[in-house]
Amino acid sequence: MLTLQFIPYADMEDLGSARRVKKILDLVKENKIVLLEGRLKNEEEADLIAITMEEVGDKFKGIELAVINPDSKDKNFLRSFRDGIANALLGDRKGFTVIGPASIVKEIKKDPDKIQLFTDEKGTRSRKKKKKR
Amino acid sequence: MINLVKTFIAKILKNIFKKKKHIKLGLYGPPNGGKTTLANKICQDWLGEDMGTVSNIAHETREIQIKEQVSIKSKNKELTFNLVDTPGIATKIDYEDFMKAGMNEAKAKKRAKEATKGVIDAIKWLDDMDTVIVVLDATKDPYSQVNITIIGNLAARDIPVLIVANKVDLRRASMKKVESAFPQYDVVGISAKYGRNMDKFYEGLFALVG
Repeated sequence: MLTLQFIPYADMEDLGSARRVKKILDLVKENKIVLLEGRLKNEEEADLIAITMEEVGDKFKGIELAVINPDSKDKNFLRSFRDGIANALLGDRKGFTVIGPASIVKEIKKDPDKIQLFTDEKGTRSRKKKKKR
Repeated sequence: MINLVKTFIAKILKNIFKKKKHIKLGLYGPPNGGKTTLANKICQDWLGEDMGTVSNIAHETREIQIKEQVSIKSKNKELTFNLVDTPGIATKIDYEDFMKAGMNEAKAKKRAKEATKGVIDAIKWLDDMDTVIVVLDATKDPYSQVNITIIGNLAARDIPVLIVANKVDLRRASMKKVESAFPQYDVVGISAKYGRNMDKFYEGLFALVG
């Protein structure tokens, strides 16, 4: 059985970087797939990878992660202006981040606005989720 | 306010450093993108010697490798740098993958352990770089989060970046995909293995640093 745990932005916004990373990694190590509202800061993503590497061993193989950012590539002036204001107001709250244990999430394929999770549960490789904006 | 002052001082120091044309040039990217192959090609072109060993098995480079005082020349310009080849950054390392490539369990576990340490070191060294070449395998999906995390971290540190789309000699390679994934960066398509487009790569490097 796959467990998908949603973390709303409100649960993370008051935490420091180290505690954010720890909270995510603790859940992932419980074999949960984390769906985080918003995204981590660049430095936090790097910290998440580094701390994941410290924890990798015979049982825990690491993580798969992907961010869906709602920013459109084909922007006109009005849209760019609107996105700029949204960025200023919402900051890291925009988009979603998916983080799963590498033993379960074999691969995440990503277009700018679509994520596909390929999971492997008891050796069965299958496409479990397809999300489109 | 203190952060603003720190950033200002860091920029001034970086500019002074740049003017000396003696910089720390890092090669970053995911495993098996061809960082060491490119490092070897640069070193062969300008020093006549290799820098490191390459392998089809991922995580061949598991320690930071530095080649000091590499001088390259182009059209009356000269650039001297310390070339820093880093282990590939990954979010997962499974020793069983190395066993599938033919290693025994003990060797595979040792390689995995060293590879995890290599990733941590590569991330720590981000702060020490003056300029970075991000080496991507042009046959692979450029939207991987590792690529985005590396480039995002370099941007956050204000480190100039040139993206190299390597392995363009392969039929599956797509420069367009890499370019469309990172439209705000210059992308040079090369084959480090066969030395294709290295002149454009050096031009790009001078444009970035010079």
